Amino acid sequence: MEYQNAFRVFFAAKSQNEALARIMTAAFLSQYDPTLSEITDVKTAVSEAVTNAIIHGYEEKTGEVELFCGYKDGQVYIEVADQGKGIADINQAREPLYTSKPELERSGMGFTIMETFMEGIRVESRQGEGTRIYMVKTLTTE
Amino acid sequence: MELKFFKRNRTLIIKIDGEIDHHTCETLRGETDRAFEKMGGKNIIFRMGDVSFMDSSGIGAIIGRYKNIQRLGGRIAVAEANQRVEQIFQLSAMQSLIPSFPNLDLALEYVEGGKE
Ligand SMILES: Nc1ncnc2c1ncn2[C@@H]1O[C@H](COP(=O)(O)OP(=O)(O)O)[C@@H](O)[C@H]1O
Ligand SMILES: [Mg+2]
Repeated sequence: MEYQNAFRVFFAAKSQNEALARIMTAAFLSQYDPTLSEITDVKTAVSEAVTNAIIHGYEEKTGEVELFCGYKDGQVYIEVADQGKGIADINQAREPLYTSKPELERSGMGFTIMETFMEGIRVESRQGEGTRIYMVKTLTTE
Repeated sequence: MELKFFKRNRTLIIKIDGEIDHHTCETLRGETDRAFEKMGGKNIIFRMGDVSFMDSSGIGAIIGRYKNIQRLGGRIAVAEANQRVEQIFQLSAMQSLIPSFPNLDLALEYVEGGKE
């Protein structure tokens, strides 16, 4: 796709970079006059996807997380990817309250939040190769 | 994220300021458990009026504290959550275990109404 604007970054899979990913996303988005609630929706979805890459993809070991934000005709496109463990059963992973790491006090609500706050989410994953999440949101225009 | 701790009878009140995510939850969990143990508390109230961001990690941490406290016969409640935080609680159906109140007084009334 030809985006009117986009950026792609790679950062270490460290939990302090969850805030960095949110800030970069919000800064990119703010060029397109979003509402406060739209910014929070996208930030929350990015935070969930990045956290999943760190906790589940890399299981808190070293790795690199990729974040892409693109803009075209009033829509924001997000990708979050890791080259970690991969997801064995994507349908089960997307079920509300399902978590493979209850011992880490995970709530199993990450995918549900991404689905609620964004318009479309697609999950690509292969065991042993990694996971890529695609999300889209249309910004309201006055 | 910044945490402030207050005691009221046997209730530990934790005022959370800033962002709650996977990273800051480590601190939230650790400091809450330490303060609770130190005071020999029974109940917990999270004051969330100054939470500027929360994702599902926050739900996990609050439910985790609920599980610990429930075993000791205590209660846990949330106070002053903004609309955004409330929306995330609702998605997870957390309110059946941990009620959310508009102010601290109502939250205190609820937790202290628990069995001795
Ligand atoms: N990037 C990823 N790599 C591997 N597994 C993942 C990834 N993202 C999600 N999962 C799997 O999907 C499950 C559900 O994710 P989510 O809804 O965010 O809940 P939680 O993170 O609380 O476990 C996770 O417990 C994990 O098993
Ligand atoms: Mg998650």
